Amino acid sequence: MRVGFFVTCLVDLMRPSIGFAAIRLLKAGGAEVYVPPDQTCCGQPCYNSGDRAGTIALALRVLDQFERCDYLVAPSGSCSGMIRTHYADVFRDDPGRLRRAEALAAKTWELTSFLTEVLKFEAVPGSMRAKVTYHDCCAGLREMGVKRQPRMLLAKVPGLEVTEMADCENCCGFGGTFSIKFGEISTRMADNKCESIATSGADAVVLGDLGCMLNIEGRLRRRGDAKTRVLHVAEVLAGENP
Amino acid sequence: MQIASMHFKERAHANMANAQLQRNLRKIEGKFVSHRRASLSELGDFEGTRDAGMVIRQRALDNLDAWLEIFERNATARGATVLWAETPADINAHVLEIARRHGVSKIIKSKSMVSEESELDRAIEAAGLTVVETDLGEYILQINDYEPPSHIIGPALHKSKEEVADLFAKRHSKPRKLGIEELCLEARGVLREHYLTADMGISGGNFFVAETGSVVLVTNEGNATLTTTLPRVHVAISGIEKIVPTLEDVATLLRLLTRSATGQSISNYVDILTGVKGAGEFHGAEHMYFIVVDAGRSGVLASELRPALRCIRCGACMNHCPVYQNIGGHSYGWVYPGPIGSILTPSYIGLEKALDLPQAATFCNQCGVVCPVKIPLPDLMRKLREQELERGLRPSHERAGLRLWSWLASHARLYRLATRIGVRMLAARAGRERLLHTLPLGSGWTDGRDMPAPQGRTFRDLYAERKAK
Repeated sequence: MRVGFFVTCLVDLMRPSIGFAAIRLLKAGGAEVYVPPDQTCCGQPCYNSGDRAGTIALALRVLDQFERCDYLVAPSGSCSGMIRTHYADVFRDDPGRLRRAEALAAKTWELTSFLTEVLKFEAVPGSMRAKVTYHDCCAGLREMGVKRQPRMLLAKVPGLEVTEMADCENCCGFGGTFSIKFGEISTRMADNKCESIATSGADAVVLGDLGCMLNIEGRLRRRGDAKTRVLHVAEVLAGENP
Repeated sequence: MQIASMHFKERAHANMANAQLQRNLRKIEGKFVSHRRASLSELGDFEGTRDAGMVIRQRALDNLDAWLEIFERNATARGATVLWAETPADINAHVLEIARRHGVSKIIKSKSMVSEESELDRAIEAAGLTVVETDLGEYILQINDYEPPSHIIGPALHKSKEEVADLFAKRHSKPRKLGIEELCLEARGVLREHYLTADMGISGGNFFVAETGSVVLVTNEGNATLTTTLPRVHVAISGIEKIVPTLEDVATLLRLLTRSATGQSISNYVDILTGVKGAGEFHGAEHMYFIVVDAGRSGVLASELRPALRCIRCGACMNHCPVYQNIGGHSYGWVYPGPIGSILTPSYIGLEKALDLPQAATFCNQCGVVCPVKIPLPDLMRKLREQELERGLRPSHERAGLRLWSWLASHARLYRLATRIGVRMLAARAGRERLLHTLPLGSGWTDGRDMPAPQGRTFRDLYAERKAK
């Protein structure tokens, strides 16, 4: 089984350790991992800004780089959701590429759903003595159906206690360029999320998308909370907490 | 209604700083969200009903011209008159002409958001006639110098009970009461008098039914029943998109509407009004008019935004919207707030007057999953973003940024070099706590948040290195 690993631009640039954690998990689950060396961006920033030409240029590269793999897996609900649910719209006026995009969409997975549903992953390598709470990232939850998969996996981590925070499905306010164009509203939404995390009494918030991670961690720190950790689910599962 | 959508950011800023409003907005969860959630469980297959509702609404829109003609024919056959309003101004002109024809001096109104589009109440008063809003929320706003509504089904949602008590004491010149029941009774006492002395009643229209020529009205206060049956003349105003083919369709849509709106299995009152009072009939108006309003809707119908016209005005999208919940309806600056407003407002008043609205969404799609007629709200907002870009309505730095990103990310070697340097520089700028407190061109982010620093190397470089070993 050849799994094309789409690291996503944010993990690539901001926190590469998540990429290595994800690869470790995929290999532990029995996958042969292939990393296209020239990968960059899925095109979502252009797509959600209304730039169709830019989106097509970037999406085409993803098609070229990944369509020969058995699966495309990304440590992100947002980027995998872009490919799975929106590439068909990106190529709607181009029947040839539309067929290719639909074929790629059908084998595109978010990391934790791929681990649980395809690899039937059981032996989680990581262990962590902490109380954590899980934040459901919007695209993972509503586009990719990611809800119980990360919780099932976290439940297998020795030493880990998972507690649910209030409104765990509420948006943290990231929203890509929204977080900069409407910084004040975005910050307020992140504040609400920080309140929920604080009230849950967790030592760390765990989630599956880097955009939300940067937003939540950025707001926690600015609020003066230097203690609550913000971790990607792959880091916790792989036992590679930076 | 006066357009203030171009001031979205300033208004949102002010509303987030308004502590009283913030407390009032927290009512949304208990009042709407939790009730809706509870009511879905009693309807065995809510998703199946949503599918049916979507199909009913889409079918009506796909043949709207035919259904409108059938509606006109059937309504006319029952003695009503169907008038067409191409613009908001036409609504007011029709109403004033009807009032003149029937010698009307006092008008009562049940809730109509369409009439807010044309500021009908002000036009009526300017013509020297009296108008009284009878929906409690609308009445509160009217006696507060026509404060704009902040929600499509709870127009005074932004007000607390205490604020209403103060307003009533001032306007009614009576001792201040604080019990909700007492306040309702006081309003009822004032309004009863008007019901009995009005010459004309104006209502909105939740649905216009083509097969019977009826208007369907959904209320909890019963004010629409009195408004439409006591005065001599009844005028029902609604948009062209509110046509549904059959009464059976209405039955399906009602199951979705009240549950999605307030979590009720059915509203306290559902009025279905067909034709004028017949010989020997006790109830009903002697003269019945329908004002069927275009005001930008046919343009939406002909565009890729057509699914937005499926809207049945339940308000679930705004109740569940994390942006609306934090900034309130007045921030949006026109009649329809929240996600559906962010599509309808630019469509009806002009995209250039509401540039922020389609942008002010995280695309969390909470609206899309609760919409009872499955309007893909984020997808439609994205189409408006495309239009803004195509029409050159975005700032030049944003356009340049997008071009730079897609160009750079399409050139792997340059991208590798640029990102290698970029992350190294940012990592070097961060202090010991690994945080960036400011970012070049990123004050929108760093005004309220730090940016966790990059680790310093890109994944691609590190992976290539490890593989080479």
